[in-house]
Amino acid sequence: MTSLMLNISRLAKRFPNGVEALAELSFSLNGGDFVSLLGPSGCGKSTALRIVAGLLAADSGAVNFPTGKPELGFVFQEPTLMPWADALTNVRLPLDLKHGTRGEANGRAESALARVGLKGFERALPRELSGGMKMRVSIARALCSFLGASKPRLLLLDEPFAALDEITRAALNDDLLRLWREDGLTILFVTHSVAESCYLSERVLVMTPRPGRLSADIALPKQSERPQGFHFSPQFLDCQRRVSEALGAA
Amino acid sequence: MRRALDILFPLLLAATVLAAWEAIVDVKQIPPYILPAPSAIFAALVQNWSSLSASMLVTISVTLQGFLGALIAAIALAILFSQSRLAERALYPYAVILQVTPMVAIAPLILIWVGFDHIDRALALIAGMIAFFPILSNAAQGLKSTDFNLLDLTRLYGASRWQTLVKVQMPSALPALLTGMKIGGVIALIGEVTAEFAAGSGTASGLAWRIVESGNRLEIATLFAALALLALTGILFFAALSLLEWALLRRWHESAMARY
Repeated sequence: MTSLMLNISRLAKRFPNGVEALAELSFSLNGGDFVSLLGPSGCGKSTALRIVAGLLAADSGAVNFPTGKPELGFVFQEPTLMPWADALTNVRLPLDLKHGTRGEANGRAESALARVGLKGFERALPRELSGGMKMRVSIARALCSFLGASKPRLLLLDEPFAALDEITRAALNDDLLRLWREDGLTILFVTHSVAESCYLSERVLVMTPRPGRLSADIALPKQSERPQGFHFSPQFLDCQRRVSEALGAA
Repeated sequence: MRRALDILFPLLLAATVLAAWEAIVDVKQIPPYILPAPSAIFAALVQNWSSLSASMLVTISVTLQGFLGALIAAIALAILFSQSRLAERALYPYAVILQVTPMVAIAPLILIWVGFDHIDRALALIAGMIAFFPILSNAAQGLKSTDFNLLDLTRLYGASRWQTLVKVQMPSALPALLTGMKIGGVIALIGEVTAEFAAGSGTASGLAWRIVESGNRLEIATLFAALALLALTGILFFAALSLLEWALLRRWHESAMARY
């Protein structure tokens, strides 16, 4: 699980309106990593994520998957659900597009919903769900695209909890960590929250203001080595201090 | 309760206007060939019911044919536009030209080309041509307004263009399409009436022709009765399309959901 999964080298992107989003961004990810990409608003974090997902083309530079392209899951800042479809149909979308059988797809979607704590909400429409529940559906959809996949799995999250209240955000952070541990996922998590990046990830990549490039690569304690109540420990404060200082110097 | 009031208020207003109309005609002794009283119009409606109702059915049938033809053509073209910018650039100006050209000016041509032997076909074509543009522009706008992130998701999961269209773009465009259908349905009726006027005597047999015929004979009460049935036909079209919109959107779209 520690082999190199993703290697990004000298990525650059300028949009047609003249905005230079990225300049020479380079970093790499190992299989099983939980890495946060941190930087001020507009520094190109989301652009980098979309380029990794293949949703946007870079002007120059390269995105390589040395051991082959993994199964990709993507969670946007907004839940991005189909408002006309119930939670089960939304979660099933990746499987429907892959021409799976309806019964198998339903089974997997139900399982994915149960894993994010939404058992019993299969028939609920997005408008009947809270903001946090909608985001859980969005995560379940990404998981559903992975279920049964034999290839490595890379989950890309673009500030998924930014619009949520603190309580919901904390619960979803813990759920995401549980899913990462249980499924052996590799996660690249875009955020502008220092605390969130320190709590979730084992490595924080700090980006400069626009045009974004890597300013610091900070290793944090492994999740397996973190004590109970890490959130309130001096160790956590120290992590935040180190990341904040790197962000300030970027 | 609110729904009951929605029906009750317009009915009350109609009753008040009709009562005032009846009283004014009676008090002012207005001749029936200028303005008949509502009671006289109702009597004419009852007396001529068989011919007027037959004409109403013709109008409904022709309008429906035109509307359905326009719906199929507009959806097909909107899908083509959503798949090809080149097709949109090439064809959209012609759709606009079709819309801005006064139909009353080209109706006689269409009647000649299609032939007076197939008058219903010509009338349906004119009705359809009028209904076509609002359906097309709304459907095309709806298909283009799909959430970009949803489109990105389908790309990420390797969807074909057809899958993206069917699973994401078309449901997403449904509210806009239904708005276009509501506008198109009502103006298809206007198109049908215009076409009947253009067709002239001895060919058309719908409500518009009954209006012309009654006017020529100075049977103004019958004219008003035909006019009332024409208005009723328009209301029926609008109500049917509104019902369809409610049935399809009530569970998920704000425009059709009840607010509490």
